[in-house]
Amino acid sequence: MNATTVIQLYVFVLAAFVGYQVISRVPSLLHTPLMSATNAISGISLVGSLVAAGSGSSRISNILGCIAVTCAMINVVGGFVITDRMLKMFKRGSKAGDPSTTLGTGPK
Amino acid sequence: MNARDLLIEAAYLAASVFFILGLRSLSNPDKARRGMNQAAVGMLLAILGTLANAGIVTWPYIVVGLVLGTIIGVPLGTKVPMTAMPQQIAISHGFGALAATLVGVNEWIVKDFGAGIDHGTMVALGFETLFGALTVTGSLMAFGKLQELLPGKPITWPLQNATSIGLFLTTVGMFVWLVINPANPLAFWLMIGLALLIGVLLVLPIGGADMPVVVSLLNSYAGLAAAATGFAIGNNVLIIAGALNGASGLLLSILMSKAMNRSFGNVIFGAFGAETVAAAATSASGLTVRSVSPEDAAVQLAFAARVIVVPGYGLAVAQAQHVVQELAEQIEKRGGEVRYAIHPVAGRMPGHMNVLLAEANVPYEKLLDMEEINPQFEQCDVALVVGANDVVNPAARSDPSSPIYGMPILNVDKARSVIVLKRSMNAGFAGIENALFYEPRTAMLFGDAKASLTRLVTEIKSL
Repeated sequence: MNATTVIQLYVFVLAAFVGYQVISRVPSLLHTPLMSATNAISGISLVGSLVAAGSGSSRISNILGCIAVTCAMINVVGGFVITDRMLKMFKRGSKAGDPSTTLGTGPK
Repeated sequence: MNARDLLIEAAYLAASVFFILGLRSLSNPDKARRGMNQAAVGMLLAILGTLANAGIVTWPYIVVGLVLGTIIGVPLGTKVPMTAMPQQIAISHGFGALAATLVGVNEWIVKDFGAGIDHGTMVALGFETLFGALTVTGSLMAFGKLQELLPGKPITWPLQNATSIGLFLTTVGMFVWLVINPANPLAFWLMIGLALLIGVLLVLPIGGADMPVVVSLLNSYAGLAAAATGFAIGNNVLIIAGALNGASGLLLSILMSKAMNRSFGNVIFGAFGAETVAAAATSASGLTVRSVSPEDAAVQLAFAARVIVVPGYGLAVAQAQHVVQELAEQIEKRGGEVRYAIHPVAGRMPGHMNVLLAEANVPYEKLLDMEEINPQFEQCDVALVVGANDVVNPAARSDPSSPIYGMPILNVDKARSVIVLKRSMNAGFAGIENALFYEPRTAMLFGDAKASLTRLVTEIKSL
């Protein structure tokens, strides 16, 4: 096992730990948006896909990469759009005297 | 490291930070939208950073992929109704996993069909293609079940667990063989083929009511596949985003399993429902239910001071979320107070009911989770159960012989009176008879949930 792999493992374990901590604070109210958000973020495979699609090594790379870019992009675009669409719906009932009301105060 | 690489790494680092901030913002519904916009900016940075990569020399394939993905992704994001969210998210996991798998396959092909790959990288590539491939077919199966293209009941076959374990061990064998000798096409393709098969066999035996666990688990696998990609091609943003995703999916599947009082293993290998149908048929004999007319139910609701609505998957099926909100409005107009009791596994994915009710303009502070709402049932005049069944079955508390014994439930039976909206007296999804329906305090209002609710609204208006 070389030094790079060790560092990668550090990154992985710490990120998983941070993820666990951050996500355990998400209320069950927002679990569906959470799933679609992580789904959008999993479109990060786009990074690997783009390199393959744009590489000069072989035609196979380009084609596999092109399909992968399409799939990952569907995830990214669809995921973020849908998450925003859902989050937009979560409104606080306009209660008088509640200063923290930031959403849902528009005209009825 | 030259200036270009530094810039790329900076973009990746910023993207990782934005992802974490975005997920963190989801702990507060008021800040969540802004946070997710930050996460989207993070994704844009990651894409731009990648496009600056010196290894990218040809552009047409990239442009085609990005444009196609956007053309398909935008309508998916804007058009899919909220009731279809579980299947939409299930299929999306498949897309992400397919991308990771293809990147892995490509990496293996480009490195001289494995000849140019060291053992360590092969471990990463193996995990990537393995998790990726089984998530692709697993997601398709989950989609099929949720979209009702496949039967929702568990599909089982003889020697099911034996064949699954056999297949699994063979796949692990291929994986080990491949790590020892990466330039082994037979092991590579066989492993991917078997992983695809395992994805199918893993999800087919799982019933529709257990889908929240499956969808969460697939979420986790898709993340792990992305993280493995990061290891294979040496990219930290992939590792970080994948790890966040994997942790999120794992946490959600643990929460969902807990809410059903079942272990992971039981959900995945148990084929719940199949065994319990026989037991259910006997227990209902000799008991009678009390049915109520819409007129009487309307009077009861109109003069109630506290009403708790308990929505279940039936609400989603009947698309009745808007009518429920209308009914609540009528009750509130007459001075009553309406709250919603949301069980963690109500619906087909984590948080499904919350999204549906939020769509119908129910303010989110009225959506209470199980711990919050359970003590309030005793002071509640009417509990209105709409399309929920197993999550309100008191047998989970009282009957050790019940398959759902020990599962945390909503204490609907503690309410002063209960009205259950139900199509017929068929048992619930898990095939278990519900003791709640036979309680003297319970009245059944038979019929399609949406039609019944609409009727209730008209009746209350005319009072």
